[in-house]
Amino acid sequence: MAKLTFSIGGIHPADNKLSRGCKIETLPLPPKVYVSMFQHLGAMAKPVVQVGDTVKAGQMIAEPGGFISAYIHSPVSGKVTAIGPRKDLAGFNQMHIEIEVQGDEWAEGIDLSPELVTEIPEDRDFILDRIKMNGVVGLGGATFPTHVKLNPPPGKKAECLILNGAECEPYLTSDFRILLERTDEIVVGAALMQKVLGGCPCVIGIEENKPEAIAAARASVKKLAYPGIRVEVLKKRYPQGGEKQLIDAVMHRQVGSGGLPIDVGAVVQNVATSLAVYEAVQKNKPLVTNVLTITGDCLPVERQHNYLFRIGMPLSYIAEYAGGVPEGAKKLISGGPMMGKAIANLDAATVKGSSSILYLGESTVRKQESPCIRCGRCADACPMGLEPFLLKSLYAASDVAALEANAAQDCIECGCCQYSCPASIALLDNIRMAKGQVMGVIRARNAKK
Amino acid sequence: MTSTIIWTVVILTALGLILSLALYFIARKFRVEEDPRIDEIEKTLPGANCGGCGFAGCRAFADAAVKAGNLESQNCPVGGAEVMKKVAAILGCEVAEAAPLVAVVRCNGTCEARPRINEYAGVKSCKVKSALYGGDTGCLFGCLGCGDCVAACQFGALSMDPATGLPVVDESKCTACGKCVAACPKRIIELRNKGPRGMRVFVSCVNKDKGPVARKACANACIGCGICEKTCTHGAITIADNVAYIDPAKCKLCRECEAMCPTGAIHGVNFPKELDKEGIKKRIADRKAKAAEAAKAAAAAVQPEVKKEENNG
Repeated sequence: MAKLTFSIGGIHPADNKLSRGCKIETLPLPPKVYVSMFQHLGAMAKPVVQVGDTVKAGQMIAEPGGFISAYIHSPVSGKVTAIGPRKDLAGFNQMHIEIEVQGDEWAEGIDLSPELVTEIPEDRDFILDRIKMNGVVGLGGATFPTHVKLNPPPGKKAECLILNGAECEPYLTSDFRILLERTDEIVVGAALMQKVLGGCPCVIGIEENKPEAIAAARASVKKLAYPGIRVEVLKKRYPQGGEKQLIDAVMHRQVGSGGLPIDVGAVVQNVATSLAVYEAVQKNKPLVTNVLTITGDCLPVERQHNYLFRIGMPLSYIAEYAGGVPEGAKKLISGGPMMGKAIANLDAATVKGSSSILYLGESTVRKQESPCIRCGRCADACPMGLEPFLLKSLYAASDVAALEANAAQDCIECGCCQYSCPASIALLDNIRMAKGQVMGVIRARNAKK
Repeated sequence: MTSTIIWTVVILTALGLILSLALYFIARKFRVEEDPRIDEIEKTLPGANCGGCGFAGCRAFADAAVKAGNLESQNCPVGGAEVMKKVAAILGCEVAEAAPLVAVVRCNGTCEARPRINEYAGVKSCKVKSALYGGDTGCLFGCLGCGDCVAACQFGALSMDPATGLPVVDESKCTACGKCVAACPKRIIELRNKGPRGMRVFVSCVNKDKGPVARKACANACIGCGICEKTCTHGAITIADNVAYIDPAKCKLCRECEAMCPTGAIHGVNFPKELDKEGIKKRIADRKAKAAEAAKAAAAAVQPEVKKEENNG
């Protein structure tokens, strides 16, 4: 069958999946964990425990702070020792709950057995409620609360559920490993989400550079025989895993400017989210664990790992456990090398969406900017059909009206423009600021209406 | 041949005369009545069109001033009191003299005091840097050192000091237009009273973290210890969010707070003499001893009376 891909733009960076052979290992518990109240998109969660309280693993410790927000559960059993500001990954102060680890006792009602539960509950609301109460958020990067995404507004119907197993970012292998090791659970999770969305078909999209995962997923789909689930092979191309690009590749439909995937009948969920949905619904297990890759071009292959971590573990603890920061590391990144965030504070705690610690060497350090030579490569590479060079100069001129007219707000911040620029111009940095300005103007205008 | 030239000249001259007459009548008919004072005021103003007054330029300022008929809510910080007096004279109204202001950089996290904990390789812009992360030092509130304020200043009054990594204000050039205040994403720059002969005392820090956290990030940080607040006899200092603020209206420039500050976050500038730390400390200690003695004496004087009252009771 033909391999699918999106229609415009995109780049082909070396995939560098160095840690693809590393089985998922479980990390031992640290002496203390720090659970951030801001690990999802939307409003900050509100703590419901107090200093001195004893909590069990899986116990709810914070409730949503708004409609778009999520429950947060304790990843460990122990005592709450502090609630207050702590520096996050970027060095900003965020509210954290500090828990001293004592033993490893789980809250009642959580099924920790490894048996696969394949029966899909009949009640749609029961599934949604479990997803919501167990704090499941999208693990593809944006950490958007899953129960909101799975509940389309009235008048809109999901026509296709797309499971995103593209993992188009170089280096990352966490999604690949769970696709290999937890295939059945992911497929059951997909069936659960299908049920919630009213039985629409489901496509599991996997990039061609993961043949083992494709084979495993095909075998599992055949074995479990849920109706309407199929596996599609995607071309290796960045940003294949971008929501709008994936919809384009799988359904050949384009989401309009300012539109949402549901406008074209699509719901996209990451494979890791599917696993979290399975655990939340079938095992009543809250989202307190995720898989993280430790890799990088200056880390010896034998020191690369895929770890199952509990949220709230400090990154420094995980890095230390894996043998410390390697020599020659110039850049530390959490997330992929294209869209991830530089780690300004290694003491920061992991959150639901943490997917990697990347150690990158000298070759990735930014080069000196030189003037634009008008080659147009950035416009060729942009998967959203924007003109990055134009947006940059419009931002320099602070022309917000022109920025909006040229759709700066549609930028998905994939970084293709900056990657392809031969003059090493920091296009994305400028466009991101421009996008912020335009979004501010749009929001103010909508508020007036 | 000659006739062609003559005809051309005649026709063009006639055409010119007719059109100029038409223009003359149109101009009379559609003439916009404008107060001549607007032009006069505009000429008096510095003409920098900097927007420091809050209007779109000098013309807009003049227009608004003439419309309002007074200068109650208007001030040209660039021209200062002198220009405002002239404008007031044109309008025929009084103007309250506004104290001259100057931009003050409230961060003294020099390179030595505030060690870098990571290296920033992104775009050289404070705005971009502050949106990306907390900064390359442990201080979330301090100067990012990319010079957005320098770029915003159209009077050339700001420059980066490569030794400290902080912006420096040239007081003779600063017109207090406020462009740098708006340009700084960390809101470090403040427009403060210039003070008599330029002398002023201010807290050169805006770190809102608790003392130990602030101190760890920067040796020169205000740790909100409150010593200055207790020392000040004029009630000019208040502490909010772990950082001290000196009210320029109340400050009497005694420099006691500056001498007592444990981290050196309080700065006094343009004083003729160097700060005599020991002398001021001694002066405060003497005053405290005297006060304690006076309190003791007062207590001794009150006590017998109390006893008497008790006896009576």
